[in-house]
Amino acid sequence: MTVDVRAGLERLAERLGGAGARLTEAQRLSGGASMETWAFGFEGKDGPESLILRRRSVPFDPENGRAISLQTEAALIQATGAKGARVPHVRHVCEEADGLGEAYVMVRVAGETLGRKITSDPRFDAVRPDLARQCGEVLVPIHATPPPPGLNLKVTDGQIEIERYEEIYRATGAERPILELAFQYLRKHVPPPVEPTLLHGDFRNGNIMFDPQIGVASVLDWELAHVGDPAEDMGWICTNSWRFGRPDRPVGGFGDYADLLAGYAAAGGRPIEVSRVRFWQMLGSLRWGVMCLGMYLSWRDGVTKSVERPMIGRRVSETEADLVVLLEEGL
Amino acid sequence: MITHPRTEELAESVRLWIDEIRPTLDPRNAFLARVAANAMATIYRELTQGPAAEAAAVDGMSSVLGHEGAFAELNTEFCARIRSGALTVETPGVLAALQVMARNQIAIDQPSYRPEGTPPPAG
Repeated sequence: MTVDVRAGLERLAERLGGAGARLTEAQRLSGGASMETWAFGFEGKDGPESLILRRRSVPFDPENGRAISLQTEAALIQATGAKGARVPHVRHVCEEADGLGEAYVMVRVAGETLGRKITSDPRFDAVRPDLARQCGEVLVPIHATPPPPGLNLKVTDGQIEIERYEEIYRATGAERPILELAFQYLRKHVPPPVEPTLLHGDFRNGNIMFDPQIGVASVLDWELAHVGDPAEDMGWICTNSWRFGRPDRPVGGFGDYADLLAGYAAAGGRPIEVSRVRFWQMLGSLRWGVMCLGMYLSWRDGVTKSVERPMIGRRVSETEADLVVLLEEGL
Repeated sequence: MITHPRTEELAESVRLWIDEIRPTLDPRNAFLARVAANAMATIYRELTQGPAAEAAAVDGMSSVLGHEGAFAELNTEFCARIRSGALTVETPGVLAALQVMARNQIAIDQPSYRPEGTPPPAG
């Protein structure tokens, strides 16, 4: 069934802006394989509103992969926002009557999400030295939010993640000695258990909206949220795959470990050792490598046809080049 | 192999043609065409650099394993011995062999990627 999004947005304008509210703007911004983002606006009884619609364009399968539903995503954004996290303001969670499928609406804010702009655009030169500390700060209220009841978030830890990705790797049939060595090394270096917390799950440069004046404006893309080791969120933003050409700046290509950790501790987070972050960073490289292999397989097995997929398979060697250096340095 | 044209020249000619028509395509196809051109460039590099990269990998793995062999069988054995714990980061020659393999493979697959440990760009 195809959904007429524009017609749905017109109905939504009236529902949110009051009778007679007219859609003034509706534009599809981007789309992954399964998710659409629309910018839209209307003139309502309380004045103009500029909003973002995030909707799933293919049916959600909770058994497939680890993504959460958009309703769950909206609930987590609201829960962490109530704790003071810099997250989008959810304006409306779509219902059956809205005719837009699984979707929610948030207030549009200005800013930049393109990773390479954050690491290299002169517009961010002034604020860049402060961003790693701010990233540490913004994680504290997220990790301090009790997971709202009834959401059935996945719970994981270092050991479980290694096993999960090794299982996926074995199923691909690929034989990559560097990935093998990373699995063996990480197994021997799993950090001691820690009190699990709510995690964003995809906290990296690219999923954070930055403002050239204030820095971190909003943490976006919550679909991989789960419960686990708070250092996981820190390790992922330190994974070199998300440093956009600036491997010399370990946090997102813009900052240093010490600032990230200091920002976290100063905002009241339980102090985290850099070795723990490095464990998750190395597992992050390994995880991204295995995910790249998986994307190639979806082409080989005829699930997707795009030329993008086999080429993503040739990005495994990026993670191998990173892993071999991390293995040499040690945790 | 025939030399007029060589296989890598065929790949290069296709890449150049894709680059030529890219501006005439809609945004989605222009993006996919860029990916396709990158794929042709990867094929070119594999054809020109692949044999030396494979020879270096064979050297590194056979010196650790202590016997000769073809790339595929050495690679399978190398993986199995890492998995069993017989080879670790401490085993002499293992990391050195893997560093050479990683460096040569990234030069074929994604030469513009800046791996962990790369110093900042000049200037």
